[in-house]
Amino acid sequence: MQPIARLPLGEYIEIGVKWMTNNLAGFFTGIREGLANLVGILGDLLYLIPVPLFIIIVAALSWWVSGKNLAIFSVIGLYLIYNLQLWDKTVLTLSMVTTATLIALVVGLPSGILMSKSNTADKIIRPILDFMQTMPAFVYLIPAVYFFDLGTPPGVVATIIFAMPPIVRLTNLGIRQVPEDVVEATKSFGATPSQLLFKVQIPLAIPTIMAGLNQTIMLSLSMVVISAMIGADGLGKVVYEGIGQMNVGKGFEGGLAVVIVAMLLDRITQCIGAVQKKSGKVFIQQLRDKHSQNKSI
Amino acid sequence: MPKVEVENVYKIFGPSPKQIIPLLEQGEDKTKILKKYKHTVGVNRTSFTVEEGEVFVIMGLSGSGKSTLIRCINRLIEPTSGRILIDGQDITALSSAQLREIRRKKIAMVFQNFALLPHKTVLDNVAFGLEIQRTNIEERRRKAKEMLEIVGLNGYDAAKPSELSGGMQQRVGLARALATEADILLMDEAFSALDPLIRKDMQNELLSLQQKMHKTIIFITHDLDEALKLGDRIAIMKDGNIVQIGIAEEILQNPADDYVREFTQDVNRARIITASAIMRDAESIVLEKSGVLIAARKMKELGISSLFVTKKSGELLGIVTIENVSSMIRQRKEDLETIIDKNIETVGLDASIDEIIPLFLNTKYPVAVLDEDNKLKGIIFKSTILAGIAGEGGNNDATHC
Ligand SMILES: Nc1ncnc2c1ncn2[C@@H]1O[C@H](COP(=O)(O)OP(=O)(O)OP(=O)(O)O)[C@@H](O)[C@H]1O
Ligand SMILES: [Mg+2]
Repeated sequence: MQPIARLPLGEYIEIGVKWMTNNLAGFFTGIREGLANLVGILGDLLYLIPVPLFIIIVAALSWWVSGKNLAIFSVIGLYLIYNLQLWDKTVLTLSMVTTATLIALVVGLPSGILMSKSNTADKIIRPILDFMQTMPAFVYLIPAVYFFDLGTPPGVVATIIFAMPPIVRLTNLGIRQVPEDVVEATKSFGATPSQLLFKVQIPLAIPTIMAGLNQTIMLSLSMVVISAMIGADGLGKVVYEGIGQMNVGKGFEGGLAVVIVAMLLDRITQCIGAVQKKSGKVFIQQLRDKHSQNKSI
Repeated sequence: MPKVEVENVYKIFGPSPKQIIPLLEQGEDKTKILKKYKHTVGVNRTSFTVEEGEVFVIMGLSGSGKSTLIRCINRLIEPTSGRILIDGQDITALSSAQLREIRRKKIAMVFQNFALLPHKTVLDNVAFGLEIQRTNIEERRRKAKEMLEIVGLNGYDAAKPSELSGGMQQRVGLARALATEADILLMDEAFSALDPLIRKDMQNELLSLQQKMHKTIIFITHDLDEALKLGDRIAIMKDGNIVQIGIAEEILQNPADDYVREFTQDVNRARIITASAIMRDAESIVLEKSGVLIAARKMKELGISSLFVTKKSGELLGIVTIENVSSMIRQRKEDLETIIDKNIETVGLDASIDEIIPLFLNTKYPVAVLDEDNKLKGIIFKSTILAGIAGEGGNNDATHC
């Protein structure tokens, strides 16, 4: 039996990628520089904060959004990182995560909103998201290197692609989950589409969107670490060097720092959604209500 | 000019709704169109008008198109064809900006499940219509406070809707609709999610508001009691058509078809309503204190032809008629006792209408309502029964309906 000719898909992709690197070089260089600058600036800003102050800020934030336990954990965890002399790398990793997350938000939120408003957009974007999410993370690294060379920028690009789907999906979901009769009521009072979106749909979708943001941040962190394979700096590099040098201790230290950062990011962002409920204003209002109730009794 | 005119409105759900209209005109029915053409008929060529200040009730089984129809009136659902005139202006022809203006100023809606905004306070929920109109914050909160007062919720400004009971939430919904001063209210099963006592309260509240505000209200309900109580006129829908429109009386007395008849029987008020709910105040005279002259005078005063006579204790003795009283007067006799007719029908306070109706076959007098001690508590006339069935109630209905 004659074997069916193999579809040269891989070759086509390669040709396409080559064409793009040759013809869109300026574009890619621009992005590369832009990303490098953004990560650099964010890193510098974070460096400006003295370590003790940084730890205090994170602890206070943890206390506010979650409670004493998280605050204690953050102090111990961050101090450990500092003590292991991994602070610089951690800051770098954080600035990459922040950059990637911000860009994912800037692109992802409007895409999610678009999907929620138009079933056609939903149909088109959904498979793209599936593709972005299920394609093994490493695969992004290769074209990223093609377009952006080695280093931090391709790492950030791969991270953005890998981490964006949750924020898009959950923005879409959150908006679509707003009860139909609330939407109807809003329309029935003569709301414009943008009033509907900003006064009702987005506020009601916030908890879901926050869940998406949380996932996006966590995926960013994991991808930023992996992208050490293509020369991105940060904690990933420590781990990767540990592997390269067969240095179990170094690898473990780097890995531990990643875990600490991951847990802090996760807990803090997870709780932010819930915190809205006990935000200062409402809290004061409740006190006031109690007060006036007592008076009236 | 009518406030709202609905002219030949169709709403068909499906990929090519316009093509279904000719089929409907040829008399194809909803089921067939669903089976054969895969389109759902929501509203099928419906026309009616609602006058200014009228409460127009729409009834019908689930799926008969009530919600679809009411949503066509503010175009939350686009009618497939037909015209809808608000104050003579065809709103189906409006641009979306013009339509928003109508929704802001002229039509407000109250929803079955309240549809309040969970992230806003009660006050800001009520102010929401004005917020949409970009009224400044002091003005709209002032107005909202006023509305909260009207619906009896002052003091709840800062609460979140989820902290309120269902009845209170719907008061917020009502206040929100009133705040824009729209003169048309669309109420889609606005009270259906409330438990019966609260529901009753809300109906009374709406009626008393209506007396002050004279809104034009289109009200959907499944409940005949509610329809009879609130509606100036009632429309009954079936499969997207209005099968009958009329005042309550007409619908009860001359149901257009079996569907309507079933609707009106379904309720069977006669079994639920008790004597005490529909009886009128007992007009009577006390034997020990009165003679024929007093009796005659009282009957004349009240414009009635018979009068119950009781003992001083309130215990019922019987009835005297105008004929007997006047013949006594002509004969210059005074003794009332001799003409008291003891042959009267009496019922207990909690007798049902079903039990009372047959009594009128045996007597030409009103039926007396007695308590356990045979004291006269009230009177039921033949006409009272009808009113009772129609949901009007007597002097103390609130405690019994
Ligand atoms: N968006 C829609 N798409 C398709 N069919 C619809 C849609 N909305 C309503 N329908 C159909 O239109 C018909 C009328 O529905 P509608 O909701 O108006 O009924 P209703 O009288 O309000 O019923 P209920 O008493 O249950 O509220 C039903 O057969 C329903 O299935
Ligand atoms: Mg309905």
